[in-house]
Amino acid sequence: MEYLDKLKGTANAVEFAKRNGIYVVLLLLVFFFSIASENFLVSNNLLNVARQVSMLGIAAVGFAFVLLLGGIDLSVGSNITLVNIVGGWCMVNAGLNPVLAIGLALSMATFIGFLNGWIIANINMPPLIVTLAMMIIVEGLAYLICKGLPIYGFPASFAIIGQGYLGPIPIPVIIMIVILAIGAFILNKTYFGRYFYAVGGNEEAAKLSGIKVKNVKYLVYSLSGFFAGLAGIVILSRTNSAQVLAGKGLEFDILTACVLGGVSVTGGFGRISNVVAGVLILGVLSNGLVLMNVTQFSQMVIKGVVLMVAVAFDCLQHRKAH
Amino acid sequence: MNILQLKNITKKYPGVIALNDVSIDFVKGEAHALVGENGAGKSTLIKSCTGAVIPDEGLIAVEGEEFSSLTPQLSEQKGIGVIYQEFNLVGELSVAENIFLGRAIRKGITIDRKAMVRESAKIFEQFNIDIDPNALVSSLTVGYQQLVEIAKALSQNAKILIMDEPSAPLTSAEAERLYVMVEKLKKTGVTVIYISHRMEEIFRLTERITVLRDGHKIATVKTSDTNMDDLVKLMVGRELKETYPARKDCISDEVLLDVQNLSGNGVHDTSFQIRKGEVLGFAGLIGAGRTETAELLFGAARKTGGTIRLNGKEINPKTPRDAIDSGIALVPEDRKGKGALLEMDIRTNTSMAILERISKFMVVDKKEEKRIANSYRESIRIKTPSIEQKIKNLSGGNQQKVIIARWLASEPELVIFDEPTRGIDVGAKSEIYTLVNSLVESGKAVLMISSEMEEVMGMSDRIIVLCEGKISGELNRKDFKQETIMNFASQK
Ligand SMILES: Nc1ncnc2c1ncn2[C@@H]1O[C@H](COP(=O)(O)OP(=O)(O)OP(=O)(O)O)[C@@H](O)[C@H]1O
Ligand SMILES: [Mg+2]
Repeated sequence: MEYLDKLKGTANAVEFAKRNGIYVVLLLLVFFFSIASENFLVSNNLLNVARQVSMLGIAAVGFAFVLLLGGIDLSVGSNITLVNIVGGWCMVNAGLNPVLAIGLALSMATFIGFLNGWIIANINMPPLIVTLAMMIIVEGLAYLICKGLPIYGFPASFAIIGQGYLGPIPIPVIIMIVILAIGAFILNKTYFGRYFYAVGGNEEAAKLSGIKVKNVKYLVYSLSGFFAGLAGIVILSRTNSAQVLAGKGLEFDILTACVLGGVSVTGGFGRISNVVAGVLILGVLSNGLVLMNVTQFSQMVIKGVVLMVAVAFDCLQHRKAH
Repeated sequence: MNILQLKNITKKYPGVIALNDVSIDFVKGEAHALVGENGAGKSTLIKSCTGAVIPDEGLIAVEGEEFSSLTPQLSEQKGIGVIYQEFNLVGELSVAENIFLGRAIRKGITIDRKAMVRESAKIFEQFNIDIDPNALVSSLTVGYQQLVEIAKALSQNAKILIMDEPSAPLTSAEAERLYVMVEKLKKTGVTVIYISHRMEEIFRLTERITVLRDGHKIATVKTSDTNMDDLVKLMVGRELKETYPARKDCISDEVLLDVQNLSGNGVHDTSFQIRKGEVLGFAGLIGAGRTETAELLFGAARKTGGTIRLNGKEINPKTPRDAIDSGIALVPEDRKGKGALLEMDIRTNTSMAILERISKFMVVDKKEEKRIANSYRESIRIKTPSIEQKIKNLSGGNQQKVIIARWLASEPELVIFDEPTRGIDVGAKSEIYTLVNSLVESGKAVLMISSEMEEVMGMSDRIIVLCEGKISGELNRKDFKQETIMNFASQK
């Protein structure tokens, strides 16, 4: 018996390291940059990092859901752009009050997500293609609405979302924390969060266990759209102008953050608590590299490598399991 | 001569010692059975021989050459072929391509498809098997896929062929073909290591039997020196009551399920009834439409005609959810593909069909969930260190028990068991039969699909035989006879 307990003990330790290894990576990175640049480990700068990653963190929650399901959502970046343009257009060109404009923009983002889910579930198209097409369509729409020109001149109250503070903490960071908490709550506590794992793990078995797989897909892609929309609103408020490049390429940062956080690209695995680490790693990386005067293009290379390594790690780990 | 020797093999997993100091010698040309309860360590043992598992301690000697561990490539080179419990074929490739997977015959830089087809046909011919090497594997029945697996191993010139529960997914006729194949293999000097839970075939096919229990080797005996009862005693470590436990006569007059003219999904115009407290058996060959009928009742496939009444009320299950809500449960035949959520733990697998019921304001009541999972873990003896164990780490039979637990937890009125004891050990089998008895004794009804003739006859109150999507015969208990059933099943 004693022996069994000991066995269990080591198993738990291994499991713990496997589960939380990404935090060790984060700490090492922080350690490295604090030595490399004296401006890094300053409270101001750290809050800065948190604010920079906030929209990433918000959108990552929905994206993680999609990955859990075994899907992918390439349209989040252009969805963010469209939210910017539509939100800006509503406030400036249509003169709507900010609350109404936000509501409209978020509904639209959610609807785009729902549409992805509907097509994927009912026409059985691969999510990669559906959301790629959606990404192009949505980006085109954004251009059509604003004719490629930036929109600005929002009501002053709107700026609070992206630029305000609660005490020392920026509002976007607070929004991110709330959304991450909601995401973790959905996955760990609710029954439909459990369904995400089940459908991602074995769709057929999930269906035969009475899970309405289609509804789960609608829900997950809609949530991805919604959280992307929310990230878009934060960006819009922060930059105080709506631009067609607002969300360009963000889907890849979000994907990287999720995969770094251990969400499997093949579905079925992942936890929000680790996605947080993934998001922070990306933030620390960009911030640290800027402080070290690394050029934007070198940064691109580094981020690409990080994505590759993260996915490779994921694949190797799960191949072993087979 | 000992062609394969295992010396003091030990393998530990977190919380489990799967193999504890196991030594076995295998003689050239013998068929050697490996038996034991679910989780006894049989699969782990053979995986050590094939390099799929690396033992913590011990040596493996192939024709006298010793290894502390093997790799899959090395073991193949040394002439060890294996057919795993779960198939490893690629459905989207042809039979010939599967046989030569990873070792494609080449002509220059291109693949020589013709040669592969020719070679495959040769092997099939040698064993009198009628399979088109060009057919897609996914188009074959499980029985034929099994034969393809065997052909694949033979094409690698295996001197030792290990089979992990090869007959589990087969019908009697298909199993018969397998037995003939094994006999032929023995004659050609191949050593067969045969894992099975079916006693009759072990006594028919093998010369020696090794019994494992809880990771220990209990004994190696000559098949001719032992009998079924002694063997079972060695396996379970206690005396076992009769295989088919008696049940009270509990059939009521009330009809629970009334199916009229059901059609769709390869089922034509089928009508039958099940009364409360009754076990109705479905017999027939693979492809007879038994599973398909079950899927129609369960809403997993759409019916194109007919009516289903449960408790006198017409139901029209469009999805499994509808069926579950009206009180029907289906324990599916394909455990890996349709039942198990392998990456999830026992607790979540057990609660999967009742999650919404045990949730308040969308939040799962984990305490209740744990209670339910633990209660089934005890009542149907799921062997595991903890309910938080992922079920991919369970032995095949224990995975099946978890799936059964999922369906019992949904508290159904009608339970459809599709091949419920496939790959389940004798002890657990009789537990499942007892469980079926207690279900019907409490007024529920059971529809049991089984290809094991003894099992349908032993458990059913009444048997319906299906053939090509239609009912071809019906027998009451007093008329049960294997021959009659076979005749109905193969009716043209
Ligand atoms: N990868 C693993 N991780 C943890 N435990 C494992 C793993 N593989 C097997 N086990 C455990 O080792 C024990 C032996 O399993 P094994 O699959 O060898 O049993 P088996 O005799 O083949 O049973 P069955 O008749 O059900 O197929 C079981 O308790 C099982 O839970
Ligand atoms: Mg096994």
